[in-house]
Amino acid sequence: MSAVAEALEMERVESHLHPEGSFVVDEHPVPTGREEVWRFTPLKRLRGVHQDAPLDGESFKVEVDLAPGVTATSVAAADSRRGLSGLVPLDRISARAWEASSSVFEVDIPEDAVIEGASTIRVAGTGTDDATAAHLLVRAGRFSRATVVVLYSGSATWAENIEVVVEDGAELTFVTVQDWADDAVHLVSQHARVGRDATLKHVAITFGGNVVRSDTSAEYAGPGGSVEMLGLYFADAGQHIEHRLFVDHNAPKTKSNVVYKGALQGEKAHTVWIGNVLIRKVAEGIDTYEENRNLVLTDGCRADSVPNLEIETGEIAGAGHASATARFDDEHLFYLRSRGISEKEAQRLVVHGFFNDLIRRINVPELEEKLTTTVEAELAKNVLKELV
Amino acid sequence: MSTLEIKDLKVQVNTEDGPKEILKGVTLTIKDGETHAIMGPNGSGKSTLAYSIAGHPRYEITGGTVTLDGEDVLEMSVDERARAGLFLAMQYPVEVPGVSVANFLRTAKTAIDGEAPKLRTWVKDVNGVMERMNLDASFSQRSVNEGFSGGEKKRHEIAQLDLLDPKVAILDETDSGLDIDALKVVSDGVNRFRERDGKGVLLITHYTRILRYITPDYVHVFVDGRVADEGGPELAEELEANGYEKYLGTTV
Repeated sequence: MSAVAEALEMERVESHLHPEGSFVVDEHPVPTGREEVWRFTPLKRLRGVHQDAPLDGESFKVEVDLAPGVTATSVAAADSRRGLSGLVPLDRISARAWEASSSVFEVDIPEDAVIEGASTIRVAGTGTDDATAAHLLVRAGRFSRATVVVLYSGSATWAENIEVVVEDGAELTFVTVQDWADDAVHLVSQHARVGRDATLKHVAITFGGNVVRSDTSAEYAGPGGSVEMLGLYFADAGQHIEHRLFVDHNAPKTKSNVVYKGALQGEKAHTVWIGNVLIRKVAEGIDTYEENRNLVLTDGCRADSVPNLEIETGEIAGAGHASATARFDDEHLFYLRSRGISEKEAQRLVVHGFFNDLIRRINVPELEEKLTTTVEAELAKNVLKELV
Repeated sequence: MSTLEIKDLKVQVNTEDGPKEILKGVTLTIKDGETHAIMGPNGSGKSTLAYSIAGHPRYEITGGTVTLDGEDVLEMSVDERARAGLFLAMQYPVEVPGVSVANFLRTAKTAIDGEAPKLRTWVKDVNGVMERMNLDASFSQRSVNEGFSGGEKKRHEIAQLDLLDPKVAILDETDSGLDIDALKVVSDGVNRFRERDGKGVLLITHYTRILRYITPDYVHVFVDGRVADEGGPELAEELEANGYEKYLGTTV
């Protein structure tokens, strides 16, 4: 790694986009809510996970459904390959989860393996009384191709680190679906390292949970890597869904494309999207674009959307971002209604339309129907109440 | 049987300088099987008339009545008007991202008829219309109006007219921005609709060009929110020769 770093002439960059990590819990003070990175998060609802609440819970079940060729093993932390992605905890929760995890769940795709169909890991929480620490490591070997889906459901207080390693020339689609029960709290730090000419499609789908906060960062282990980050979320009354993304363009000729779309409905539904991109001096010829769109369906919701772009070289192919938060577009509804379609039905079409191209881009056939029906079920709670 | 009756219609819009009256008392009756052309200079209120009848929320009705076969149109919501038999082909059709043409057409047809169309005949009908409107078969899978060329948008409007089969069609500058080939395709579509029993058409246009392909029964000249002159198809020819100056002079 140090050879690569030297070859790339990587330098330290002083930036709030890029804080120093540490494995030592006490080097991360308990957040107060006044910090930039914590100001949106409802700390009181984290059940003390950000303080000192024990993380030794075992109220969960894991089921695994792997495509042939993919392996998944629970390995004692000491014997595991954790850290392979370069993840260093950036906050207290991540550091505590690291310290408390006695084992690491390793999913491995062998070199050169081209795997059809998705491999699915189902995590089902069975209670919120105790908090659990978890660590997942997904490695896609050189020139492999595979899809890995993690489905979360049930009730849990879940603190987690996820590492994704995509080796040179590999193509990995990694999906998390947070379909938690209404009382779940999920705090996860994810870090991906994308190899030379490798491609990572990182998909985050969030429907359930009381508080979901996901920190996802990606860096490149060589030139030519490509990262696509797609997100789809639907926040109901009282739900807090926070996605914080950071793409560190630390190698030349790399690409990143981020599209997160969300809908909000109900009193105190709150979503947060932070899209950080750092283009280092060495990262010439890179191309990055990030986009966040929120559709506000009812009164009483709040969507925060903050794109940040820090550029240290002008020698790039492209860099841009877009953010929009809006209610239904009256012109869309008028056009559909002028063809006889009722107002509710028109709203339904517009919301499905809003998510459809994203679902198409996610392009995991095993999930497509589930996503469409879940969007429909979410709509039934408010928009379509009178229709069903 | 269908009669669209507009009586002394007055409409205003809210602008930064307060409300502005656009239609100042429009009276017009479109009977069974008749085609009426409305012509007029920019800003005379032609499009306002179209959108007011369709129920666009931007336009506030301050007086008059609009009835379709005796039913009060102004009391109806936008979608109720369409289900009652009104259709507006828009000058600037709206892009609706992520909603496929196929899904949109089927949903609209189901809403208008009150039941889902029979799958087999429906697919045939849609394909037939697309072909007649010179739209590629892949068109159905595209998002409504998204990335369509100007001509494709207009042909898509007329394809809807064909499939949804309203009683009265209002065509708002459907001819604008079309090249001559597209204009013919669109005109043929409108003429096929007119051949059906008892269909009314209100054709709003800035140019006389389209009237060479669609012959109106009546021509109304719109100036400053009122009907300034009325006549047969020969009035269009006169306008082609002399323009609107005659009318503009009298209203200043």
